[in-house]
Amino acid sequence: MSAVAVENEHTHDAHGAEKGFLRWIVTTNHKDIGTMYLVFALIMFFVGGTMALIIRAELFEPGMQFVDPQFFNSMTTMHALVMVFGAVMPGFVGFANWMIPMMIGAPDMALPRMNNMSFWMLVAGMLLMASTLFMEGGAPAAGWTFYPPLVLQTGNALPFAVFAVHLLGISSIMGAINIIATILNMRAPKMTMMKMPLFVWTWLITGFLLIAIMPVFAGAVTMLLTDRFFDTSFFDAAGGGDPVLYQHIFWFFGHPEVYVMILPTFGIASTIIPVFARKPLFGYSSMVYATIAIAFLSFIVWAHHMFTVGMPIAGELFFMYTTMLIAIPTGVKVFNWTATMWKGSMTFETPMLFSIAFVVLFTMGGFTGVMMSLAPLDFQYHDTYFIVAHFHYTLVPASVFILMAGGYFWLPKWTGNMYDEKLATLHFWLSAISVNILFFPQHFLGLAGMPRRIPDYAVQFADWNMVSSIGAFIFGFSQLIFVYVVIKTIRGKNCEKATDEVWEDAHKHGLEWTLSSPVPYHTFATPPEKIPTEHL
Amino acid sequence: MKKTKQLLAYLILMALGLRSAYASDYTLNLMKGVTKVSNDIYDLHMLVLWICVFIGIAVFGTMFYSIYHHRKSKGHKAEQFHENTTIEILWTIIPTLILIGMAIPATQTMLEMEDVKDSDMSIKITGWQWKWEYEYMSNGIHFFSSLDEKSNQARQLNSGINPRSVPHYLLNVDNPLVIPINTKIRFLFTAADVNHAWWVPELGWKKDAIPGFINESWTYVEKPGTYRGQCAELCGKDHGFMPIVIIAMEQVDYNVWVEEQLVSAKAAANSANKEWSQEELFAKGETIYANSCASCHMNDGAGMGATFPAITNSPIVTGDIDGQIKIVMNGQGMMPAFGTMLSAVDFAAVITYTRNGLGNSVGDFVQPSKIKSLLSAVPEDDD
Repeated sequence: MSAVAVENEHTHDAHGAEKGFLRWIVTTNHKDIGTMYLVFALIMFFVGGTMALIIRAELFEPGMQFVDPQFFNSMTTMHALVMVFGAVMPGFVGFANWMIPMMIGAPDMALPRMNNMSFWMLVAGMLLMASTLFMEGGAPAAGWTFYPPLVLQTGNALPFAVFAVHLLGISSIMGAINIIATILNMRAPKMTMMKMPLFVWTWLITGFLLIAIMPVFAGAVTMLLTDRFFDTSFFDAAGGGDPVLYQHIFWFFGHPEVYVMILPTFGIASTIIPVFARKPLFGYSSMVYATIAIAFLSFIVWAHHMFTVGMPIAGELFFMYTTMLIAIPTGVKVFNWTATMWKGSMTFETPMLFSIAFVVLFTMGGFTGVMMSLAPLDFQYHDTYFIVAHFHYTLVPASVFILMAGGYFWLPKWTGNMYDEKLATLHFWLSAISVNILFFPQHFLGLAGMPRRIPDYAVQFADWNMVSSIGAFIFGFSQLIFVYVVIKTIRGKNCEKATDEVWEDAHKHGLEWTLSSPVPYHTFATPPEKIPTEHL
Repeated sequence: MKKTKQLLAYLILMALGLRSAYASDYTLNLMKGVTKVSNDIYDLHMLVLWICVFIGIAVFGTMFYSIYHHRKSKGHKAEQFHENTTIEILWTIIPTLILIGMAIPATQTMLEMEDVKDSDMSIKITGWQWKWEYEYMSNGIHFFSSLDEKSNQARQLNSGINPRSVPHYLLNVDNPLVIPINTKIRFLFTAADVNHAWWVPELGWKKDAIPGFINESWTYVEKPGTYRGQCAELCGKDHGFMPIVIIAMEQVDYNVWVEEQLVSAKAAANSANKEWSQEELFAKGETIYANSCASCHMNDGAGMGATFPAITNSPIVTGDIDGQIKIVMNGQGMMPAFGTMLSAVDFAAVITYTRNGLGNSVGDFVQPSKIKSLLSAVPEDDD
């Protein structure tokens, strides 16, 4: 094997990337594909963000000013689908593509051609999904959860949305297989499982989650399709079916799905915090076990999304207890991050700022999660703005912040140029403050009695909605700074050059920092001899 | 505590330049409600909230102490410890104990909420797109409850009506649900078309209304008053516009209300047998149209695209009258079956109005008595 590898290294040195536009279509290079995933995710982030701003503009004050209610429902539905399947998931797949081979000392992903295919299938799926906006009857408007019977009232868009989900599902499964195959087979000889960086560990577990759940979602939407067009009645009581069955199937997918978005987040945070605390990660093995515990629990808590559907009391209590258990491994993680910072020698570059904000704000989302896990309380909180605040705290200042943090953290390694720290810090503070103006008041709205997914509201909800909308616009426009900083760093004009290790003593924390900056097109054609073991 | 929080909120709003904030009526916290269950939920909510606040202060306090003191700019040297079994066991066990402490009262409240036994009366609630149907199982009182007319006008796109000028904007209905106090009332929930959820925060819970299935829940209100809520499960275009209003009254007042309802129900049944003129029906039809049809087919009958077709010059409306009656009665596509929702008089009125108003002038009309016989001839469909 090693002889072959050496030979490959030689021939690879002879050529770099393919020239011109075709490079991006046919590439099988993990770095190119990673870049495409990240750029795609960023574009989708702005598409989904625009939809969010349409929602917040309509909710700026009581009364209907801009859109009709049906279109408003399409916006809430599409905002979620675009953000989940177009922005957050591809964002983390982008980091996985870029970083996993470099972190484990592999030359590329295990299945490079499938890698290319899964990216382009994602693009096809999202385009198909977006095309429904222009169809007779409008885009799906039944919420991203696609609950029947409501979703069966969708116009022409329904089959297209279902096929889009199929494509996205196939893309995710292929991506997950590739990541698992890479991690299990292509590690450098000394990189044993318990020496892998946490980001690699979290993605390994996320990969298994994806393989387990995407077929379930595909099955659920296919049953919708046959209910609508082929006279089955899986979810129609009049034909002996059950609308609640759909909710069980959906959330069996849907709850692990939210961990698909949060586990890689944990991984990147666990990678960044030790570097800037100049300390090894505290409790490495408990971090790994906590991640496995969370992944396991994610499969037995799904019905906490459905406490009010009329389950038997035994079911309600079971799902309440299992859901409460999640707080334990999640708490372990938060304590470990705090202990990693404790007695370190911290500096506060932008990736660290975003990571600290993540730990604090994600924990706030965790607190509301514990509150909602208590079934009797959920009978009040369910389907109100309280839950909207909860899951946005666990997604925006958590997953999205960490995607930003990862961008700032690795961009200098990828491009060889340092980003503009001043602008990046400005971006951080604007985002961190506005995200709280945006989402914190939604707790008040929910507790005061405002249901979610409504285009207009009673006047006692007016003030906090206005505050929330102001926060939304500041947050949305602040993200343009990120785009500017990224483009400036890639072009490299007037940018400081990055050193090979980029961050002080970073080579103690991961293999990627032992490579030169910018990182060569092909790396680790022969596996590295030594690996940084400091975190163990 | 409440005052301090409101002051704080006011200061934040002041800082944002929203001077109107002080005048309006808003809350920051869960409401206590008017039943024992809702009070139990409130107490549990406050308990968990304070536990979270306390843990938050401890964790974030530690973190910010560390951020302040253990920084490179202050010359702090990094220590290299990376595990401590004792503390790791501690911070697994302590949260477990706290969770058990929360689970016990939560389980008690849950058991109490699910205990629908020994109720004094039952009300069946059916969710429709987009109104609620109430049926009192004991005395046969039966009516629909939809968004009140003033809110409905004000909530149209660019209506020009200031929502603040409408009393109880979006939280007011034409026919409120009336219940006696100090009575254990069992509610049965189902839906006619899609899923809905019936939620009045002051009762402390919401429950899904699902087509083909019956859910149950109960309440025991001790304080007379008017309590307002909304549909909480996305149910289509007008999900935000199907509020719930409950009037809880003393048993004697409730009995009077029941009498009145029974008398007017009888009168309505009789009026279906009388001969109506086209003008009478047309005048009545205008209101029925505004309440039952305009949210999809629009006030002027122009419709909204292909999903909600126009009434004006519609081949169905201007065509054979029996064809139109059939569609309105049984529904089609997204259009619900109005045969079960409208009385014979209202049904005939709205048919007459659409054929002769909204830019149409077919000239014919239908008698309520004919609708009545058609309705009784149609077999109840399978729900």
